Amino acid sequence: MHAPDGFINAPVSAAAGLVAVGAVAVSLRGARRELDERTAPLAGLVAAFIFAVQMLNFPVAAGTSGHLLGGALAAILVGPYTGVLCVSVVLLMQAVLFADGGLTALGVNITDMAIVTTVVAYALFRTLVTVLPRTRRSVTVASFIAALVSVPASALVFTLLYAIGGTADVSLGKVVTAMVGVHVLIGIGEAVITALTVGAVIAVRPDLVHGARGLRQRLKLRVNGELVDAPETGPEPVPVTARGQRRFWITGLAASLVLAGFVSFYASADPDGLEKVATDHGIDEKAREHAIADSPLADYGVEDVDDARLSGGLAGVIGVGVTVVAGTGVFWVVRRRRTGEEADVTSPSGTSV
Amino acid sequence: MGAGHAHKLYRHGHSPVHALPPHTKLAAVFAFVLVVVSTPREAMWAFAVHAGLLAVVAYTARVPAGFLLKRLLIEVPFVAFAVLLPFVAEGERVDVLGLSLSVNGLWGAWNVLAKGTLGVAASVLLASTTELRELLLGLQRLKLPPLLVQIASFMVRYGDVITGEMRRMRIARESRGFEARGLKHWGVLAKSAGALFIRSYERGERVHLAMVSRGYAGSMPVIDEVTASRAQWSYALTLPCAALAVCLLGWML
Repeated sequence: MHAPDGFINAPVSAAAGLVAVGAVAVSLRGARRELDERTAPLAGLVAAFIFAVQMLNFPVAAGTSGHLLGGALAAILVGPYTGVLCVSVVLLMQAVLFADGGLTALGVNITDMAIVTTVVAYALFRTLVTVLPRTRRSVTVASFIAALVSVPASALVFTLLYAIGGTADVSLGKVVTAMVGVHVLIGIGEAVITALTVGAVIAVRPDLVHGARGLRQRLKLRVNGELVDAPETGPEPVPVTARGQRRFWITGLAASLVLAGFVSFYASADPDGLEKVATDHGIDEKAREHAIADSPLADYGVEDVDDARLSGGLAGVIGVGVTVVAGTGVFWVVRRRRTGEEADVTSPSGTSV
Repeated sequence: MGAGHAHKLYRHGHSPVHALPPHTKLAAVFAFVLVVVSTPREAMWAFAVHAGLLAVVAYTARVPAGFLLKRLLIEVPFVAFAVLLPFVAEGERVDVLGLSLSVNGLWGAWNVLAKGTLGVAASVLLASTTELRELLLGLQRLKLPPLLVQIASFMVRYGDVITGEMRRMRIARESRGFEARGLKHWGVLAKSAGALFIRSYERGERVHLAMVSRGYAGSMPVIDEVTASRAQWSYALTLPCAALAVCLLGWML
């Protein structure tokens, strides 16, 4: 699924690149919260693991076999931020070393394969874990569903990018059907493998599974024949203050909106055109009609340069929108989980990227 | 990493291309690919010239054509997609050898094939003339966040170790009579993957402790700063500049 160069046009690739850069920057900060100063070696080794496990072939039938994509697995095992970082680094190295995926398509590849899979999988996983009973089995079930959804979600985002900036003229309906159809099948395989792998890790080292941290049983002491909770001895993981996170969150949102706004402002000579393109892309019939029209979207005619630029701005705004929605989901879930255990609020350790 | 640890995509050599500082090469390849992507697809001759430019680089770097072509095979999945395009795309159709093909689809297929192939070829040339360590130094020099470079360097440094561990686990499975044939064997493979994760994570913890005991405090010391002279920069940027001229001609003609 690694997109090569020239598959998505330049403005959309650039917009996806911006989204990728922003997400990686946020993840670099977040990963320090998840792993503190052990970030570099641990994230590096987990990236090496993802890289290796992608080579592990799972036979399906009659000589065919599939392999893991790893986004959901990384998110559940080591947390969303580290997961995004690991998969992004794997993609970067694949592009630079193995020429797998184009250099200019790196933003597109990171956006749909590292960010979307990880964020969707983790948001879904967290929601399910909070809803389901707190047992190991529900962690396995949650990871199954999270992985199952993450793959078609990634395919959908890829299709969206393709609809805005694809260089070939295929009707949107066909692309959606083909991409989602194929990726639902791939997603089932991914889900089974992810759930089995998470289950295998939980059976041996449940403390290593980031997604199962809330499941730790409290130590009970038998005092005079009665079971009582042991007093907490170990240091609690330092919770990040809501205010610090919120400030960081607002800054990031403002920055991405300014960027996207700048791109679209630069792009749109005619503000009404933006809406027109939006409707053109939103509706399947219109897209088909557009394709039959003499000037195709992906052509490089004079009017179409305008078109392409507009799509660039549009992609920026849509990208920010998707990121905001997904990010808010994660943020909300994480905060809801934390409010319970937030006994004392200490200031965040002053990390800088 | 000594001589024995060069990645297998690297071809040892002493050509002028090998001698260039890594960040100039990275910048040149990236700029070249960018220019190729923005070349209009109607200007077919321009892509031939781009390919010619790459051939000149390959000749200067003494990378044999066979090696380059073999590495281009990575593209095959997208070639399959490109072959499908003329059949499924919309728009007016032409008859070629009795098949009804879409004109837009043909253009799209050509676009993906030409640009994708040139991009892959440029990346292959970069990887085959630049050592892994140099590539990482180059990325660091190009202002990639140091933490990201560290993660990437740990990934490539331990990639072979983890892959080797996976290979040994496979040999252990096979020597006990296990052969993965179908869905019912996924459980065993997934347990291997889980064990591999635990081993990787624990190795990471050990590596971190070893680093801390040697004075690691969050950043790696830079021993060999790579620098590039103006002459080296201009030599490296000849490729994208030539390509840019071709691209501009393509737009004007």
